[in-house]
Amino acid sequence: MDKETKEVLLGPIHFQNPITLHVLGICSALAVTTKLETALVMSAALTFVLVGSNVVISLLRNKIPGSIRVITQLAIIASLVIVADQVMKAYLFGVSKQLSVFVGLIITNCIVMGRAEAFAMANPPFKSFLDGLGNSMGYAAILIIVAGLRELLGSGKLLGYELMPTITNGGWYNPNGLMVLSPGAFFIIGLIIWVQRSASKGLQEESN
Amino acid sequence: MDFSNRYIVGFALALCLVCSLAVSSTAVALKDRQEANKKLDMQTQILRVAGLLEADASPTAEEAEAMFADVETLLIDTKTGDVIGPAEDIDPGPVIKAAKNSSVSTETTSTFAKGARLGRIPNELKVMKITSPGNECYVFLIWGNGLWSTMYGYIALEPDLQTVKGITFYEHGETPGLGGEIDNPRWKERWNGKLVYNSAGEPALNVTKGGMAKDANHDVDGISGATITSVAVGYTVQTWLGEEGFGAFIKKEAK
Repeated sequence: MDKETKEVLLGPIHFQNPITLHVLGICSALAVTTKLETALVMSAALTFVLVGSNVVISLLRNKIPGSIRVITQLAIIASLVIVADQVMKAYLFGVSKQLSVFVGLIITNCIVMGRAEAFAMANPPFKSFLDGLGNSMGYAAILIIVAGLRELLGSGKLLGYELMPTITNGGWYNPNGLMVLSPGAFFIIGLIIWVQRSASKGLQEESN
Repeated sequence: MDFSNRYIVGFALALCLVCSLAVSSTAVALKDRQEANKKLDMQTQILRVAGLLEADASPTAEEAEAMFADVETLLIDTKTGDVIGPAEDIDPGPVIKAAKNSSVSTETTSTFAKGARLGRIPNELKVMKITSPGNECYVFLIWGNGLWSTMYGYIALEPDLQTVKGITFYEHGETPGLGGEIDNPRWKERWNGKLVYNSAGEPALNVTKGGMAKDANHDVDGISGATITSVAVGYTVQTWLGEEGFGAFIKKEAK
């Protein structure tokens, strides 16, 4: 893998992370992270949509008239989201019921539009494919960390398996109610941002 | 890059065509599977609340269908409690929709319905009568508003139509870990064996604050930290099992 490919693919996981650095896609990061399972499925759905939209838009990038650029991107993204939603309803019914509207809301996930406009419109298909994959992984990494912590601390479980038996189920762990509410996700994302910027000083904004 | 207007219109049309083709062909291709999933999901909920299935069991479509051989779905007249005939299906959707249509539903007046914020109740309701030997019971669709959301579920009564056999919620948006605990099997267990009516035949099932249940026959201990949700569940059950809901049917059928 040459240096440029590596940067496009792996950059978004840490140095260019869409959630913690660009602060995109926060809404779904708060909403679907009470359980690890939903976070995993959401990440898979976003990967499909983001990679698909990046490739399609990149293929068409010289054909798309500038005046209807954004609506074209939206139409492509929306179609992919509906396809993903339909497939999930057919094959992963239980999870799709839990995710409910949030799959549909991938259409408005800022990461997808952001990558289409910022990257796929200006780069060839293969590079856009890598960019889509990289950003999805960056999104998934944060979602998995947040959801893992929230499920473990909020309900004593991971992927539905009880690791810390809660008091309501006759165990010893008193679940942290904050973790199951959206502010819990805010705190965790905040902590991740802090840890990330402390570890890599280059990510810190200059103070003024 | 400059594009002519004709090109832009053509591009837009072509894009719409391709996108709509992609979307509609997946929707059509997957429709049967989705409908099957939906039906199986509805059947599973009813079988679970009726005690024909363990709380976490997920049957295959064939298994559920076989078990449903012992389920009679009745369409009843809410006011008189008469059975109109067999209902077409178990789908709760049309019943819930009917409550929004003022020509096929009646406005509620009871304090119970106010507590559950249920404005109207349909004039025709569905009752699932389970005839499976050893597991006879009646299953009723219930819904009401909790703290954040409308909670949809089923309650099952023993053949005497006085004793709770089980309760479940298949859709709600209450706070996970707090109000969402109405899903918790341990909480649902507290309902089993409770008596729905007092000696005067009025709905007397009562959800109290957490740890405050006194009357072993009628009081269900609420969830600590989720008083509003728990109390709303109580009102919901009282509304549906009262005379505005299935009350008339239950009185006739119990005789």
